[in-house]
Amino acid sequence: MAEVKQAPVLRLYNVAKTFVTPHGNVRAVEPVTLDIRQGEFISVIGPSGCGKSTLMNIVGGLIEDYEGSVEVDGIQVRGCHKEIGMVFQEESAFPWRTALDNVTFPMEAAGIAKDERVRRAMELLHLVGLDGFEKRFPSELSGGMRQRIAIARTLAFRPRILLMDEPFAALDEQTRLLLGDKVLQIQQELNQTTMLITHNIAEAVQLSDRVLIMSFRPGRIKRVVEIDLPHPRSSKMMGGERFGQLVATIWEDLREEASKGLQELERVKN
Amino acid sequence: MASTTASTRFALPPLLIRFLVIAGLVGLWEIASNSGWVNAFTAPAPSSVWKGFVKILAEGGLGEAMVLTFTTALLAATLGAVVGIASGYMLHIWKAAGEAYTSWLAALASAPLVLLYPLFLVIFGRNMWTVVAMGAIGCTPPIALKAKEGLDGVKPVLLNVGRTFNLTPKQQFWMIMFPASLPSIFTGIRIGLLFAIINVVGVEFLVNVGGLGQLIAHLGDRFDYPQMYAGIFFVILVSVAFFWITEKLEKWLLSNT
Ligand SMILES: Nc1ncnc2c1ncn2[C@@H]1O[C@H](COP(=O)(O)OP(=O)(O)O)[C@@H](O)[C@H]1O
Ligand SMILES: [Mg+2]
Repeated sequence: MAEVKQAPVLRLYNVAKTFVTPHGNVRAVEPVTLDIRQGEFISVIGPSGCGKSTLMNIVGGLIEDYEGSVEVDGIQVRGCHKEIGMVFQEESAFPWRTALDNVTFPMEAAGIAKDERVRRAMELLHLVGLDGFEKRFPSELSGGMRQRIAIARTLAFRPRILLMDEPFAALDEQTRLLLGDKVLQIQQELNQTTMLITHNIAEAVQLSDRVLIMSFRPGRIKRVVEIDLPHPRSSKMMGGERFGQLVATIWEDLREEASKGLQELERVKN
Repeated sequence: MASTTASTRFALPPLLIRFLVIAGLVGLWEIASNSGWVNAFTAPAPSSVWKGFVKILAEGGLGEAMVLTFTTALLAATLGAVVGIASGYMLHIWKAAGEAYTSWLAALASAPLVLLYPLFLVIFGRNMWTVVAMGAIGCTPPIALKAKEGLDGVKPVLLNVGRTFNLTPKQQFWMIMFPASLPSIFTGIRIGLLFAIINVVGVEFLVNVGGLGQLIAHLGDRFDYPQMYAGIFFVILVSVAFFWITEKLEKWLLSNT
């Protein structure tokens, strides 16, 4: 460990967002301030509709009109940035490209020579455990495999910071656990700075160095929980005592917010 | 399971049913025509239509006429595809125009545009270009509609993937939007090609510039009904085969690219 305090790779300063709609303004995110170190794994957890995706889209550059600032390596950025890669919740593997050609995509766009991009794509497909499936089209693969293609494709862009917006939300529990292990392994091998959005507490505890709990709308960071479980992690730790304590702590905080969300849902319905 | 096997044991395969129905109708017509229930001069029996077919194939110039008609239709469809895809793209990016003109375009796609042929005769004269232009006019609206539909339907997340990879606007179009809307564009081109064939044969029929349409018109003028029907059925069969082949081709292309 470096003794000098490292400058953060990613810094959010008072980032906030109000959507202006014909039906009035929606305050989606209250000012969020946050530093993320190189190699750190951060999870953002909160009830649905609390502004997680909005926050992620601001950091990823898809939303350019917001308050506050986003800095990468101390330099303010706005719009999509070559140091930041995103993996989305929805299916995003290109159906007209094979697994291999999906992963070479960002390198093709960047004009990297064919041999080189195929070599790197094969490495990444190996990393996400898709050896032997290079020539398959997404429609021939399972949902979990398609999401792994999307992850490998984003990694092929070589981002300093990897953003993932509920990438496992559409998957079944077993696939989700195994993919979580895969993501951990990738993160450890590449020392990949990662910010993950999830609404799964166990997943957040299993994967993260820190878990940010967001309040119900408008989203603000209600609490930050340091996950002091030893590294390297895996889904095997989920039975442990400390794991259980952490999950319980987070749930206590989250429960309050989730029930606010539920109440509002009922109010809208009635 | 048991019930399906029981019901399929007595069921005939659909292809066979189709064949039997057609064979039955042809047989019925043969009988009707030979026995005098229908006028054998205006509705000649299938057997004499078949003889007519052999005749126009051998000495009536059916082969040349078909080559000319299909070359013209392909040329027209190519032109229509270029103009149609470009217009579809314009309607897609220019939302206001898209809203204003899409319903008109749909109306245009179902209108008998072949009736505009006198105008084109004046512009291009009595030659192949009038026919090409008429074919292109017929296939542009469906191609434009389908192209717009395809481009409008590209999933936003795919576009966001491109944005996060810092694609240039040109790359965004050629690497994401175009391939994503290709299935719809193909369907448009297929429908357009058929519209082009219809218009081309129609105009050939009306203005005597060669091709299958003119062949049929001349046979009708000579009251040679067996050969005329042979020509008409030939056009229908070839169009159906064409539609079927392009459909297969489309499926094959989309699963292999
Ligand atoms: N483009 C938009 N226009 C208007 N309101 C939006 C838009 N995107 C999100 N919102 C609103 O902002 C709030 C937060 O949404 P989101 O960030 O998607 O939440 P989460 O990802 O936590 O479920 C929601 O109330 C949502 O309705
Ligand atoms: Mg979300």
